[in-house]
Amino acid sequence: MKTNSRPLLFFLIIYLGFLYAPVVLLPLFAFNDSAIIAFPLSGFTTDWFSWLMEDESLFGALKNSVLIAVTASFISTIFGVLTARAMARHRFMGKQSMFGLIMAPLFLPEIIVGVSILIVLMQLGLALSLWTVIAGHVLLATPFSVSILTTAFNNLDRSLEEASLDLGENRIGTFFRVILPLVTPGLISSLLIGFTISLDEFVIAFFLTGTDPTLPVYIWSLLRFPSKLPVVMALGFILLVVSLVLLGIFEFYRRRSEALTSGKENSGI
Amino acid sequence: MASSSTAKIIDRNIPMVKLENIRKSFDDLEVVKGLDLEIGSGEFFSLLGPSGCGKTTLLRMIAGFETPNSGIVSIAGEEMTNFDANERPTNMVFQSYAIFPHLNVGENVAYGLKKLRLPKNEMKARVLDMLKLVDLDGLYDRPSYALSGGQKQRVALARALIMQPKVLLLDEPLSALDKKLREQMQHELRRLQRTLGITFVLVTHDQEEALIMSDRIAVMFDGKIAQLGHPQEIYERPVTKKVASFIGVMNFVSGEYLGKKGGKLHVRTSSLGEVFLKPGQMASDLQPGNVTLGLRPEMLTVLYSTNDNSENEFKAKITNVSYYGDMTYYSVEMPGPDDDISISMRNTVGRHVYSVGDVVRIGWGAASIVAL
Repeated sequence: MKTNSRPLLFFLIIYLGFLYAPVVLLPLFAFNDSAIIAFPLSGFTTDWFSWLMEDESLFGALKNSVLIAVTASFISTIFGVLTARAMARHRFMGKQSMFGLIMAPLFLPEIIVGVSILIVLMQLGLALSLWTVIAGHVLLATPFSVSILTTAFNNLDRSLEEASLDLGENRIGTFFRVILPLVTPGLISSLLIGFTISLDEFVIAFFLTGTDPTLPVYIWSLLRFPSKLPVVMALGFILLVVSLVLLGIFEFYRRRSEALTSGKENSGI
Repeated sequence: MASSSTAKIIDRNIPMVKLENIRKSFDDLEVVKGLDLEIGSGEFFSLLGPSGCGKTTLLRMIAGFETPNSGIVSIAGEEMTNFDANERPTNMVFQSYAIFPHLNVGENVAYGLKKLRLPKNEMKARVLDMLKLVDLDGLYDRPSYALSGGQKQRVALARALIMQPKVLLLDEPLSALDKKLREQMQHELRRLQRTLGITFVLVTHDQEEALIMSDRIAVMFDGKIAQLGHPQEIYERPVTKKVASFIGVMNFVSGEYLGKKGGKLHVRTSSLGEVFLKPGQMASDLQPGNVTLGLRPEMLTVLYSTNDNSENEFKAKITNVSYYGDMTYYSVEMPGPDDDISISMRNTVGRHVYSVGDVVRIGWGAASIVAL
């Protein structure tokens, strides 16, 4: 083992560098006192952040994106709960093929999905709006919700449900008093991943956006103006910090609930 | 909690659980095959059998988790075949305990009381009483992940008993505990059952556990009851070879039943010679022909000195010795074509432990033999 560890370590460093170097560039240029994205750095400034604060259309786009992401992640999580429950507890004809169809959007090129939905909407004569983007994003996020929640529901010890029924509780009461509390970490995961997928999704949003752009669509439109590039960097930096904080909070709760349900006394809370 | 004056009267004439011609299949596999059973009120009843014999499925049909394909399940005189688990006066202690991991001990025990809408302090008082009964005083606020296996077992018991069930169902409740704790819980369960007077139905594959705890045992093989009776009947008079070898250790000796001779049953064996049995030791419908005799290891004796005597004896060579501390188990060669038999001897002061190869005198009596 020891003799082989040096090339592996080298590989690891290259790998991590490739993954994270671009991310490190974000804060560097977000605070760089030059409109041109290039080395050497010329000085420190927070101007790009002030620009950001004054850009009303950007805030509009951010608001749209958050609204879409929250709604889409809720809807896909509800679909996920229903599907996962059915998968974990019931046997019915065509179960496997139905599961395959639900998971398929994971493997379809987004551009195909986007164009297809657009054609259908046009045929139906529906106007593009935030809701059309939400529909597209639900389609994308549902497979993730289903796969996360199927794991959560499969891990649920069936005898817990039976114990609840045995103690006189009915099925609805059992769902709210036993099942829901125990799959909560799965629900949070599902909401979070749905939110993230929707927030940075570009292709489908680009096709299905009406007059209100989402944040990625808006950023894309900014790229046409090179002078705005540092502003995009500043925005990217803010989004990065927010994601890290969200991830930290999520990980904290995930570990806590894991410690609660794993039955181990010292699993590092 | 319940003193002797409040303990319910045990009446074995009223069936608390009545199963009539129960059949249950999963897909094409029939696991319970037309089974009838009556369990008396206040009885400690065990369903004993190897895994896959249908005992757990039967228990789950009493609990209401499974519905039989045909047949009738009655509890306390009321037909409940299609009732849901939450509508039945039964409660279950699960093999995995099924303690709600997101609730603490007090909340687990109080789970089923919620629908009674009791005042908070009365609910707590009841839970505390119940925790005391199962020796969990002071653990009211303990989170469930911080419980040991034995404590989880007691929480599961308290959670079921607080519902004041007519029948308590126990699905292999002790299988996950270590030997010492298991033995302690066996006695405690027995004590609780006697104090409360509730009908207990235990599912187990551990014959020793069933013998220790039960008033009556149903030995199950392959979806049917092979033998139903008191522990002593099951142990001393097994009706088939299968039951005999499942319950404890049984030595088998082949022989030929020649018919009645002077009121006794005459069996000729090559290992033990001529054996005369009383009518009770053999099924009444047995016809002359080949027969298997069963002897328990403790019913054979190693004769240590020339002064030791027995009704019958034979000489045999020891082929294996297992020393258990309190007991020594010997395997000895049989004079006839039969397999080696096993003999258990209690180790007392000054008693010699023989070695492999020693030739000893073995004593036996016809009264302890059962013909199968």
